[in-house]
Amino acid sequence: MYETMVLIRRFEEQAKREADSGRILGTHSAIGEEATPTGICVHLDDNDYVLGNHRSHHHCIAKGVDINEMMAELLGKVTGTNRGKGGTMHIADATKGMLGANGVVGSNIPVATGCALAAKVQGRDNVSVVFFGDGASSQGSLHEAMNLASIWSLPVLFVCENNRYAESTPFEYAIAGQSVANRAAGYGMPGVTVDGQNVIEVYEVAEEAVARARKGDGPTLIEAFTYRYHGHFGADNPLGYRTPEEQKHYKDKDCIKTMEQFLIESGTASKNKLEAIDNDAVQRVEKATQFAIESAYPDPSELLSDVYVKYP
Amino acid sequence: MVSTSVRSLTYTQAVNEAFHQEFERDPSIILMGEDVAGGAGRSEFEDAWGGVFKLTGGLIGKFGPERVRDTPISENGFMGAAVGAAATGLRPIADLMFVGFVGVCGDQIFNNMSKMHYMFGGKVKLPLTVITSTGAGVGSAAQHSETLYSIFVHFPGLKCVAPSNAYNAKGLHIAAIRDDDPVIVFNNKLLMGGVGGGIHVPEDSYEFPIGKADRPKEGTDVTLIGISYTTYQCLEAAKILEPKGYSVEVIDLLSLSPLDEDAILSSVKKTRKVVIVDEDYPKCSMASELSALIAEQAFDFLDSPPIRLNAPHASVPYSPVLEEQYIPSPSKIAESALSLLE
Repeated sequence: MYETMVLIRRFEEQAKREADSGRILGTHSAIGEEATPTGICVHLDDNDYVLGNHRSHHHCIAKGVDINEMMAELLGKVTGTNRGKGGTMHIADATKGMLGANGVVGSNIPVATGCALAAKVQGRDNVSVVFFGDGASSQGSLHEAMNLASIWSLPVLFVCENNRYAESTPFEYAIAGQSVANRAAGYGMPGVTVDGQNVIEVYEVAEEAVARARKGDGPTLIEAFTYRYHGHFGADNPLGYRTPEEQKHYKDKDCIKTMEQFLIESGTASKNKLEAIDNDAVQRVEKATQFAIESAYPDPSELLSDVYVKYP
Repeated sequence: MVSTSVRSLTYTQAVNEAFHQEFERDPSIILMGEDVAGGAGRSEFEDAWGGVFKLTGGLIGKFGPERVRDTPISENGFMGAAVGAAATGLRPIADLMFVGFVGVCGDQIFNNMSKMHYMFGGKVKLPLTVITSTGAGVGSAAQHSETLYSIFVHFPGLKCVAPSNAYNAKGLHIAAIRDDDPVIVFNNKLLMGGVGGGIHVPEDSYEFPIGKADRPKEGTDVTLIGISYTTYQCLEAAKILEPKGYSVEVIDLLSLSPLDEDAILSSVKKTRKVVIVDEDYPKCSMASELSALIAEQAFDFLDSPPIRLNAPHASVPYSPVLEEQYIPSPSKIAESALSLLE
């Protein structure tokens, strides 16, 4: 899990460099939020489904999507996960069960419920996990999907990554009752609050929720409190709506640093071992960037390909 | 004497038969929507409705509640679920009870359903079907009487069909279900209510090809283009024009996206005069699209500009005295045709 979080961090740092250098427009950076999808996806395999939102690179990497293909997609190359047709907000890899990032807030939540429905109807014990933010928790789509998943007892995990801000709007303002997890009771499913920066706590909560779903006992709502270090989007300076003190407070509780301390203090891994993992991640990201830069763009004819499977 | 091989089914019976046959053939097909069965959760009232327009009766009894699912009133929720289920191995049919309700689930249809195949680089397919009801004339007023073809046709990635009788309704529903792209099927209320009567529908399963128009009447003097219910109106208009000595050609669009441009253009090039009859609101409608197509590609053949007959640029009124003016009538169609012919 440490390895995954470090890989996400290094990938996202590179993505930010790509944006700052002007090579790509920009992304919705997940730096700071590595722990939540890591602790959850460890319980999933390629046949389980993850659906994301606009800030989904960490979901993709935790689910095992190839970072070479991801970087190529960010650069709009034909070797990208989506052949350059989707970009940062729509990365998908059906072979890994990653059924897409989505640029419309809350839009993927009912879709994830449908993936769970297909699994149930076809008698498979696959689980569907959908990630959304505190902002999305006000969308009707979440409420409709939770209701549906509950009455039909579908194997879904509704995971709210509450990073405390929806663009510039603090969650204390936007969420009546201040708690997303409390809404679960209204939809007949368990609601769990967890420290989304502690990958081991996330792991434990997810283990129970995934097991419930696989057994056929239905959905769970998880609210994982986390923090994004950068702005909503590349050009956004978050100091426009939050204080440097607050940022420092959360960065001091960095999820990777926390895990590092735990691994060293528990004797599970040495500092050298962890450094080696980090170096490996840096190299893998370098390789991915090279791959992306050297890859070709799609042929212009692909503008019109795949609008339909067949037309007419 | 009527041949004993004529098997007259109503529109509703034909569509119902299409569903039964397809459900039997392919276990990956499921149905979701409000009251598509009815009486959900109470076994003594199972299948209470069979759909608001009776298209889906009998399915839950034969195929069970895993495959035939009444939904809560959550268009955004279950339309999105149809997208997700289609992406992961099922062939869902989702019932949008009245086309005007697209306002509730537009995100799922316009942002996900139409786009995912393209923006995922062709690597995910959404073989789903949305059935919906259209049309005025039954006193259902503004929010339950719309047509809205062009709003869906507008989006790349969606296919759109509008049957006009029991025969092509069965074939188009089967084709839509078997199609690997998302297909929207527009079922007109008056047709479902029995206008036009029953016609012969073969018992076997057949597909009516998506992308092909029909020509229920061949003629040489003027082309009338109809869509779904207005095809029936055009055929009625022909009965007014023919006694006056005119030879009328009626084109039944059936497929709105993809559009059978060849059928439209070859008819207009032959007759040189065209009236397009579209029950939808006039601005940016299918009639506008056909007008542009004809003007661009058959300009040299036209004796006069195409005439577009739509509903007025107004919502559907409730009072019968007002509503009966709303849909272009056969006499109005004939009048427009005569203005070109005389």
